[in-house]
Parts: sequence; C-alpha cells; structure tokens
Amino acid sequence: MNNSDKITKYFLFAGSFLILIVAGGMVFSLVGGAIPAFHKFGWHFITSTNWNPTEGRESYGAMPFIAGTMITSVLALLISIPMAFSTSLFVSEYFRKTPVASVLSTLVDLLAGIPSIVYGLWGFYTLRPFIMHLGLSPQGFGVFTSGIILAIMIIPYATSLSNEIIVMVPNELKEAAYSLGATRMEVIFNVIVPNARSGIVASYILAFGRALGETMAVTMLIGNANKVPHSLFDTGNTMASVIANQFGEADGLKLSSLIAIGLLLFIITALVNTAGKFIIKKLS
Amino acid sequence: MKKILILLAVVTAFTSCKSGSKKKGTDEKSAKTEISLSAAGSTFAGPFYKTAFKKYFDLTGVQTSYGLTGSGAGIRSLKDRVVDFCGSDAFLSDAEAANMPAPVVHVATCSGAVDIAFNVPGIDSIKLDQEVLADIFLGKITNWNDAKLKAINPGVKFPDLAISVVHRSDGSGTTFIFSDYMSKISKEWKDQIGVGKSLNWPTGMGAKGNPGVAGTISSTVGSIGYIGSDYAFAQKISFALVKNAAGNYIAPTIAAVSAAGKGDMPADTRIMETNSTAPDAYPISGFTWIILYKEQAYNGRSLDQAQATVKLIDWMLDPAAQGIAKELKYAPLPDKVVQIDKAILRTVTYNGKPILK
Repeated sequence: MNNSDKITKYFLFAGSFLILIVAGGMVFSLVGGAIPAFHKFGWHFITSTNWNPTEGRESYGAMPFIAGTMITSVLALLISIPMAFSTSLFVSEYFRKTPVASVLSTLVDLLAGIPSIVYGLWGFYTLRPFIMHLGLSPQGFGVFTSGIILAIMIIPYATSLSNEIIVMVPNELKEAAYSLGATRMEVIFNVIVPNARSGIVASYILAFGRALGETMAVTMLIGNANKVPHSLFDTGNTMASVIANQFGEADGLKLSSLIAIGLLLFIITALVNTAGKFIIKKLS
Repeated sequence: MKKILILLAVVTAFTSCKSGSKKKGTDEKSAKTEISLSAAGSTFAGPFYKTAFKKYFDLTGVQTSYGLTGSGAGIRSLKDRVVDFCGSDAFLSDAEAANMPAPVVHVATCSGAVDIAFNVPGIDSIKLDQEVLADIFLGKITNWNDAKLKAINPGVKFPDLAISVVHRSDGSGTTFIFSDYMSKISKEWKDQIGVGKSLNWPTGMGAKGNPGVAGTISSTVGSIGYIGSDYAFAQKISFALVKNAAGNYIAPTIAAVSAAGKGDMPADTRIMETNSTAPDAYPISGFTWIILYKEQAYNGRSLDQAQATVKLIDWMLDPAAQGIAKELKYAPLPDKVVQIDKAILRTVTYNGKPILK
C-alpha cells in the first residue's frame, strides 16, 4: 500500500466511524433525556391519553400522538398507493421511454423537492377551505386533511423505487407472456407485479417511514389538539408535531416527556425501516 | 439490489433525522464595539416591542432583535441565558423564579386586553357573559345558535354553525391571562383545567403564537378564540363585549384596560388584573412584563451590554415609548407603576454596582 492509499483508507474509516458515533450519540442522549419521564410514569407513559402541561397538574402520556402519527401515516399510505402504483406503471411500462413518461417522472420527482412548509401553506389556504366547503369538517383541520397532504408528499418516495424495479423486470418474461396471448393487464398482474413486488412493497414502506416523521406541514394542518382523534375528520396531533410545538418552552418533566416521544418516534421509524429491509430480503 | 439498499439507507437516514427541525436560537453575539441586544418571548406584546425597539434604534443606534416565540419559550431562553431579557405576559411564580439560575426582576411595560375574537359571517359584535364564555371554551356550547347565546344577544341572528374553539399550541402568557380570568369566573374551569401557560384543553384546536391564532380565526368560519387586542385590530377580526364583575358589557378599549389596571400595585409588579371590580374595566386585561436578571454581569457580558439593556428598558417607560403602546391599542402604564418600575430598574446591578444612577 502506498501513502495515498493509506490516507484514503484512514479518511474513509474516520468518516464512517464518525457517523456511527453521531448515531450512537443521538440514541444515547434520547434515552438519557427520556429516563425521567419513563421513571415517573413507567409504561403508562405510552398508553396514557392524558397530556396536561398545566403547572401543578402535570401528567404526560404519548398515546394521543402515537395514535395521531399512525393514523395520518396509514391514511397517507392508503391514499398514495393507488396513485403511486398507477404512476409507476405509466412511467415504467405503458409509456416507457416516451417523452410524456419522462416529463411525468420528472414532475413526480419534483414533488420530493418541494419544502414541507410549502405543502403546509398550500394545505392551509387551498386544501383546508376545500374540505370545509365539502362540509367534511367545520374547521377543515384534522387527521384527514393531514393525511391527504402527507399522501402527496410521499408519492415520490413510493414511485421512484417502484419505477426502477418495474423497469428491471426482464423483457423476455413479458414477451413470453405476450406470446402466450396474455393481455396487457394479465402481463402486469401476473408477470410484472410478482417479479417486482419486493421493490414495490419496500418503496411503500419507505414512503410510510417518511410520513411518520413529517413535521411542518402536519403541524399546520392537524389542529394541534392533544387528544386521540375520534374520527377521520377530528383534530389531533402527531409525535413530530407536538415536539415542534412545545419544545421551545419545555423544561423538566415536560422536556423529558417530549424527548421520550422523540425516542418512541425514532424506535417506530427504525422498526418500519427494518421491516422494509426484511421484506426486500424475503421477497427478492 | 445494491442500489436499493443504498437508497434505503439514504432514505432511512433522511426520515430519522427529519423530525423536529424548527426555530433558531435567538442568541446573536455580534462584535463588541457595536452593542446589539437580543430578546424573545411574548407575542401578545410583540407589536409594541417591535415598534418601540425600532424607534429606539433610530434614536440611539442600539439594535434589538425580538423573537416572537411565545412567553413560555422566552422565559426558557432567559433561563438558558441566550437572550438579554425576555417578554412575558405571565409573571414567574415563586417556584419558577427559584428555578432560574439567578434572581430576576419583573418590569411591567404596558397592559393590554385579551380579545375574545370570533368569525361568524354577518355578525360584527356579540355579548358574552361569564357562564356562556366558560361553556364555549369548556366545549359545552357547540353551536352558534345555542339558546344561551341567543338569550344574552337579543336581535343578533345566529346561524346554525358549529363553534370551533381556537387556542394556543405553545406556552403562552396570553393563555395565562385568559385562564387566570376563566378560573376566577368558573369553578368548573378552575377545578378541571386551572391556570397556566399551556393547558389541557377540553375542546378545540391549537395554533402557534398570537399571529397563528389570529390567522386561524380569520380564515375559519365559525371559530372563536382569544388574542391580543392589536392582532384583532390589525386583522380586522370581530371581538366580543365581555360582561365584567360589575355586570356591564365592556369592549376591549384602551380606556377599559386602563380602568382595570388602577388597583394596587405590589413593589415587584407581579399582579394579575383580570376580573377587575371597576365598573368600566374590561375583565380580561393583563400587564405584560420584561424579565431580566438582577445581576447583569454573567456569561461574560460587558458593562456596555448591561447598560444598553437597562437603558432600553428604562426608555420603554418614557412617555415616548408609552405613546407607541397607546397607538397599538395597549394601555400605557399609570404613573405610579412607572415609578415602581423605575425603582426596580435601579436595583439592577453590574458586579454589585447599580447600573442606573
């Protein structure tokens, strides 16, 4: 090994090691910060629906936020899947390598580049009045509105990976199916989808993970009511949103409870991503 | 396959780092030669402070940045010593003051009304008594055509429209004033919810800061909420006349807020003036304070910095600054409160020596 080789090696080693330290440090400080909350409330912290920050009556529970996060994210995924799936097929199968497909896929990728706050603004001034106009909810804020915004935000994540996987399905397989007299729909559902399912499912899981942590747009639209939503059109709050709203003034037990919520969010996101990796491995 | 994993890793990293990136610290330490002050806190007093600090910059060249973070976050910033002073509409309780790293002093800067602002098409003015007000914010009255509302507002044609309560989502001095008043007029409120900068709300939705609540009310038909007077005025939002302790329906005017502030003032200015017994007082009024450390030599702050801080706050009590408050719908301080404030400012020291002569 010559000198420059050695330097490169140490440099790369140091870089990757640093990331490890940062990640470890984050987990360490999250756990450390969350200890007082778990010490005070025990496992009850996760199941309690009570969030009372009033001085002298303090009591904190994460359930309203866990529920809000899960409901909005699942809703977002359910809304985005039909759109993402159709877009993937459009771009990678029906209109593959045509100008219209490349325009569409560029546009979808562009969605990923729009800052969260812009989605929030659009949701606040355009989507919310529309929801009110439809009479779905008296103030337009809530789980449903947030779910729609999240769905739009995660479409690029759900499509980009699926596109690549669908393109990779061997042409021979498709041609064989066509030569047997299969219709286009039969080819899609009997050849392409089974072949590409690991990538498709994985991309939806990644999109779901992205929805879990989204903050700004949701804060602007969910209504920030610290309770478990009673219906799809009720107001609620999410884990990321309550942290963003309240960390500024938080102190003592409240700060610890917010950090504990951060830790729970971290764990949920990590679990979802691990599940994604596992599914890819299992299916491919 | 490898590509997928790399993508996966990137997205994982992205999603896990994404949660909670908002707001910047307000400490801006600039060059020593040019004094600049930084402060944060109350959005309720925000319009007054922003205008007054700008005027002070024109007069003296001392730049003051003021972050509209909400009183709760302002106090937190003072505690962390990242600001020179903070604005708050809630004074520190004895327990909270003891929790600060060093003794602090409160300087009242003006008083203001918390308006009960609402958005119902075609209705500019309504009256609210104690019971109806409490029932609305407790979630017991849920429609604008409620019989109790109609009974105290003869002649007003209420539509069949759901009431959407809007409250603060962050720690707020405005909430403190509002909940202090509610606890005085409703036993149910006192027992169930209590007084605080943030509350366990039985109904409604949260918005951040006075601007957030004002924006939500003005864009949501059927909503009602509480905001600082200037915000209702600036955004042309209708407000309610509130029945005071003497039984009169009072609009949140400067005169009505001044009337509420005429009572006795303790030497540390820490007093709530809600639910005043004066016959022409607006009942949801409150002082707003600047809070600073009594000993200004900390964190390596220079004498110049300390002097600039105290001089600015001293100037806020001047007729010129108080006139700005009046223009922005706040009630200027009565003379006796100005005297108490000045006495407090004279106790502020740098290395034990008083800063003001």
